[in-house]
Amino acid sequence: MKLKTNLFGRTYAFRDVKDVLAKANEEKSGDMLAGIAASGNVERVAAKVVLAEMTLQELRENPVVPYEEDDITRADQNAVEDIAYQKIKGYTVGDFREFLLGATEAEIAAIRPGLTAEMVAAVTKLMSNMDMVYAARKMHVEATCNTTIGRPGTLSSRLQPNHATDNPAGIMASVLEGISYGVGDAVIGLNPAVDTLDSVADVLKEFKAFMEKWQLPTQNCVLAHVTTQMKVLEKDLAPMDLMFQSLAGSEVASRAFGINVALMDEAYAIMQEKKSSAGPNFMYFETGQGSELSSDGHHGADQLVMEARCYAFAKRYHPFLVNTVVGFIGPEYLYDGRQMIRAGLEDHFMGKLTGIPMGCDVCYTNHMRADQNDLENLAMMLAMADCNYIMGIPGGDDVMLMYQTTSYHDVAALRRITGKRPIAEFARRMQELGIFDEQGHLTEIAGDPSLFYALDKKLAGGIAV
Amino acid sequence: MREKEEAGFVRDISQPEIKDKILIESPQSLEMVKRLKKSTNARLGVGRAGDRYKTETLLKFRADHAIAQDAIWTDIDETLIDEMGFYKVQTLVQDKEEYVRRPDRGRVFSSETMEAMKRDCIHDPDVQIVVADGLSGFAINANLKDIYAIMMDGFAEKGYRVGTPIFVRYSRVATMDKISEALGATVTIQLIGERPGLATGESMSVYMAYKASSQKPESQRTVVSNIYQQGIPPLEAGAQVVHLTEVLMREKKSGVELKI
Repeated sequence: MKLKTNLFGRTYAFRDVKDVLAKANEEKSGDMLAGIAASGNVERVAAKVVLAEMTLQELRENPVVPYEEDDITRADQNAVEDIAYQKIKGYTVGDFREFLLGATEAEIAAIRPGLTAEMVAAVTKLMSNMDMVYAARKMHVEATCNTTIGRPGTLSSRLQPNHATDNPAGIMASVLEGISYGVGDAVIGLNPAVDTLDSVADVLKEFKAFMEKWQLPTQNCVLAHVTTQMKVLEKDLAPMDLMFQSLAGSEVASRAFGINVALMDEAYAIMQEKKSSAGPNFMYFETGQGSELSSDGHHGADQLVMEARCYAFAKRYHPFLVNTVVGFIGPEYLYDGRQMIRAGLEDHFMGKLTGIPMGCDVCYTNHMRADQNDLENLAMMLAMADCNYIMGIPGGDDVMLMYQTTSYHDVAALRRITGKRPIAEFARRMQELGIFDEQGHLTEIAGDPSLFYALDKKLAGGIAV
Repeated sequence: MREKEEAGFVRDISQPEIKDKILIESPQSLEMVKRLKKSTNARLGVGRAGDRYKTETLLKFRADHAIAQDAIWTDIDETLIDEMGFYKVQTLVQDKEEYVRRPDRGRVFSSETMEAMKRDCIHDPDVQIVVADGLSGFAINANLKDIYAIMMDGFAEKGYRVGTPIFVRYSRVATMDKISEALGATVTIQLIGERPGLATGESMSVYMAYKASSQKPESQRTVVSNIYQQGIPPLEAGAQVVHLTEVLMREKKSGVELKI
């Protein structure tokens, strides 16, 4: 394996595959914090040059965390299908980039089972932002729960009605307004402030009752810890269409999240038996660059390759939704809007290349050097990349998690800008409720949560929800 | 508001009541929208201009983000800290930029600083108070005076021996462990500026630990958060801290080990 090159009269030598991967990464404050980033622009490019000549076989044989030490490495390596792998193992990473840019959707789908996380991350380090958007558009990944997400021409949204204290009336207020903007076809999903069985079960029931009353074809979810959700299922406390968990890219980092592969296997099995949803895809995962370093579980590897390993972990459970929460972790990992935009495009591209139905929580915290314009830029780019879904929240302000993500208005505007629509059944229902017109655009009465009051009066003379 | 407009002012959109305004044009039921809005502090009922925000919504958001950014990136005004006679130290961090990028350096002191603290400060106090700028110096200046007075009254009443009050510049929460170890404090109480949410740059947290130590996990800490005028008012938070200090002293433990 060649680990050296000359650039502009200087020699650049790298220690091993992990070192090449780290130094070839685009600039991220998290890699600098970890002390593994390239020391300058030329060294970064030198690492990319060396990486471009590395073969996919060399990457498979050098996972950043050894097979013996890590359950995620084992899950990823054991899932590789040999026929697909044989076709691509001789590619250099540079060849692989060109293959992805030139191939058809079907050709990419055919080699996908031969990939490992390290290959996915490696090629991403050679892709420019537009390369990633261009290639992602050829990688549609559909998944089916109650409805099917990821079809070309759709842009779905998670309705995220978070509340400071999980007050049911307050949560439902945000749900009503969200639906009135046509938001919520991916899932109505709450990040709970209170992680108790009763509270989680109550919200799940509330969402399901609302979906049934208004015949909304979507999914319910409460994003509590997976062990809490398992207990809700075991005790048959509430209907659950989607089961949620945050994932990390190594066994050590997963421990900080209170999970491992065996526990997730168990959770998946319980959910398969007890879920209230129809389809074969019923898991929901969130990830985000940098979480491995924050729990000292990065094994000296860069945050991009650790993120790709989250997707290998997610893939095992055939999820319905996966999204990176790209700017949530803070400036010590993604410093500013530029790094956040790059990471959002990388994560979406890597997820799609891995074969999972990828969305993105396009977001930032107040201590990042980022603002609303950065968020809107990334959201528009991801809509062009055919990202499966984004978040929808009142006014872009999460009053529980204290960060900013995409708003109900952003979802509606992105659909109008790109001509995309929600999942077909959901769009049809929006039209029946008078929220969408025939073109799928918001009507005069949309954006008003009290439209449900008028509908209720018209339907039954009752009180609105 | 109207009077100010007449006096030549454009209305002040930073007033909290602006958040209560309903901007939906002719809602089906204004009563219902009002009721929904009361049940949450989410930005509901804002209406739209096409599919985008109305101008007032946009500007209110920008104002709230701007003040949060200023809270983070402005060095704390130390006038109050000086007036109150705090002993002042600094972590290894040199400026705000480094503070944000290098959490590791915001948790530790140089050996010179550690020696100076040991030389100059009271040893083996019952209660050690540490004030830290954290991610918002605004939060310290907004709450310190009120909460400190209540705490000191409470501790005097209980007869606790209070250590030299220390202010730490560019500080993360973990500095309280280092200070506790250096001075042999029984209960260490750290007041720190929280990461600002939109328009809430004045929110402060209090972390408390019994025999705080860098050898113990983060779960050693008992926390009171959300301290600001519209959250837990500082006077009320001060009374809570005094009560919790008693509990920590009595139980000889803190954090998750303490099931309060």
